Amino acid sequence: MDVRSQIAMVFHLDKCLGCHTCSIACKNIWTDRKGTDYMWWNNVETKPGTGFPTKWEDQDKYKGGWVKKDDSINLKSTDKKRIVLNIFHNPHMPSMDDYYEPWTYDYQNLFNAKEGPDQPTALPISKITGEQIDIESGPNWDDDLGGSPIYAKNDPNLEGLTEQQKQQLFAIERLVFFYFPRICNHCLNPACVASCPSGAIYKRGEDGIVLVDQKKCRAWRSCVSACPYKKTYFNWHTGKSEKCILCFPRVETGQAPACFHSCVGRIRYLGVLLYDADRIEEVANLPDEELIEGHRSLVLDPHDPEVIAAAQRNGVHDSVIESAQNSPTYKFVKEWRIALPPHIEYRTMPMLYYVPPMSPVMATQEGKTINHVSDNLFHDIDEARVPVKFLANLFGAGHEAKVVYALRKSKAVRWYRRAVTVGDVSMEDAKKMLGAADCTVEEAEEIYKLTSLCTVEDRYVIPPAHREEAIEMIEDPHCHRQSVGFGFVSGPRRGA
Amino acid sequence: MASAQSYLDQLFFGVLPYLALIIFFLVTIQRYRSQAFTYSSLSSQFLENQRHFWGLVPLHYGILVVVMGHVVAFMFPRQLLAWNGHPIRLYILEISALIFGLLTLLGLLSTLVRRFAFSKVRTVTSLADILLYVLLLVQVISGVYVAVMHSWGSSWFAASASPYLWSIITLDPDISYVIAMPFAVKLHIVNACLVIGFFPFTRLVHILVIPNPYLWRRPQVVRWNKAPGLRR
Repeated sequence: MDVRSQIAMVFHLDKCLGCHTCSIACKNIWTDRKGTDYMWWNNVETKPGTGFPTKWEDQDKYKGGWVKKDDSINLKSTDKKRIVLNIFHNPHMPSMDDYYEPWTYDYQNLFNAKEGPDQPTALPISKITGEQIDIESGPNWDDDLGGSPIYAKNDPNLEGLTEQQKQQLFAIERLVFFYFPRICNHCLNPACVASCPSGAIYKRGEDGIVLVDQKKCRAWRSCVSACPYKKTYFNWHTGKSEKCILCFPRVETGQAPACFHSCVGRIRYLGVLLYDADRIEEVANLPDEELIEGHRSLVLDPHDPEVIAAAQRNGVHDSVIESAQNSPTYKFVKEWRIALPPHIEYRTMPMLYYVPPMSPVMATQEGKTINHVSDNLFHDIDEARVPVKFLANLFGAGHEAKVVYALRKSKAVRWYRRAVTVGDVSMEDAKKMLGAADCTVEEAEEIYKLTSLCTVEDRYVIPPAHREEAIEMIEDPHCHRQSVGFGFVSGPRRGA
Repeated sequence: MASAQSYLDQLFFGVLPYLALIIFFLVTIQRYRSQAFTYSSLSSQFLENQRHFWGLVPLHYGILVVVMGHVVAFMFPRQLLAWNGHPIRLYILEISALIFGLLTLLGLLSTLVRRFAFSKVRTVTSLADILLYVLLLVQVISGVYVAVMHSWGSSWFAASASPYLWSIITLDPDISYVIAMPFAVKLHIVNACLVIGFFPFTRLVHILVIPNPYLWRRPQVVRWNKAPGLRR
């Protein structure tokens, strides 16, 4: 047992209101530089929709992630032989057309235009060439376009849905969508790391954050193709790949990442998971239907004395173990089992989990009364406006059982709380539902508290970074006095 | 009169190679030490993904084989001459060398057109890139010209150019091997020195950081911030 700690995340989709505050917070801090202008380390997609870059989930096109072949898994985009042959031209790399051409407006024209019969306008100009462009796509281009024939209908997750289910999704006045915020998943088996010819991308041992060493990246571009979530981006100005850094300078000083901190809907949770690094390879090789359970089994119980002892042997600091014991992520993922990894079938073992969203309630109308309760207490999950199959393609590798389990539990908790506070549902029914959803009253109360009444401290349990144990602190800083600054201090100048 | 010519020969074939090599080593090392960040292939595939294939692939495969041919002829001149003893083997070698030379030339022209035809790629083109294009064009065109006009190059390279290059390496330059050569060959040699001297100021440095460890490293890379002692 090789116990390591990982900062893992949960996004509660039932609470996301699609405000994009997270995206803006991230953009303002990290990607407002030249070359990064088209990047959205954090973005919020409308589902069903094609996402960013367009149709990123279509791995027939982009060849991201891993594929199982006989007894092992291989990168879909490349392997050791192909990487040599394809290094001059990466055949599966998305180009800027798959994202969008960043632009600004020629505001000067509003002031400098010659006097004429018409109002001057600020025309869009490319942020790359400075030339006038026709805007064809942009960030959140399909925002809220739930029923649209160009965007929603091309969602790769619609595969396997019946015609009836598709019609239900797109019916006029009944169309439905939900939001899907995405950042780097800081995977346990990252395809970007495994594909990098230079070995420039690495996972930090202490907290599992995946970073690109900017001094070692040589623009071979493999990571852009290999990441199935398309969360490594190519900086066209510096010729280096960049990605979400989980705001490690903030996390190391005890602050939540900017997208978490700014989240208006309070949908985001962050905490340590202890996992068994020895079993990653074995789990990544499981058949599709066993992946979710296998992935969950990698996460270890931080209260188990054996796990604690193994963690201590591995040098995980006691304060980090304590942090793992209070981790909200652990509760969602392992205790309550209502948070699921996105597209686990890509086999990168993502460390960002999602609580699947509830669809609008389908009610039956009898005369003037609207009836929510049928004999089947969970009827609105089975007949939800967003078909379970769609959510299963997104969060269950196509298998519905785990998604249904999470949705039933979420619904049971809602009805239980409704019985407690509003009282228009009988407690008997509520308890029946809890029982059917594999949930105790105590658990329901806990879920309710962490979902609805959570404070910043409940949502973000950030482990201490223990910089005092870091290598640079063991080297005598006096040796470098008056000669160097701190870390990487020169500006990121483009090479020639 | 004769002495002016010999001074020039001395300068081009006796001094310039050393100048180029000194600049190459000093600047490359210093650039890596102080500005590792600038070591990148500066790929523009992200900005233009269609024509990229038709330029970059022939250029790289062509130039790799051609450069490899030069290195082999330099390292093993006797074996090469022995190989060329049979005319049929000589023909095969000459023709394949020419094919890869032409592939390089076509690839280079294709990348050149691409670089200036697409406005996005044009914006990421520096002055160093333009100078490099000029040098490479001269180098490849003169190379292909020599291959066509002065045939059996694989043999006379081994007989004349190889000893000259060895004399440079052993710090005892003997320019008598090259002064009698045709103008195109001389141009090829002088321009090669310019390319080598200009190399560390350009994106060509990416050749020096080819990612060989990938082939035998483990798929996942983990870096620890804690000293191994504390990690237990």
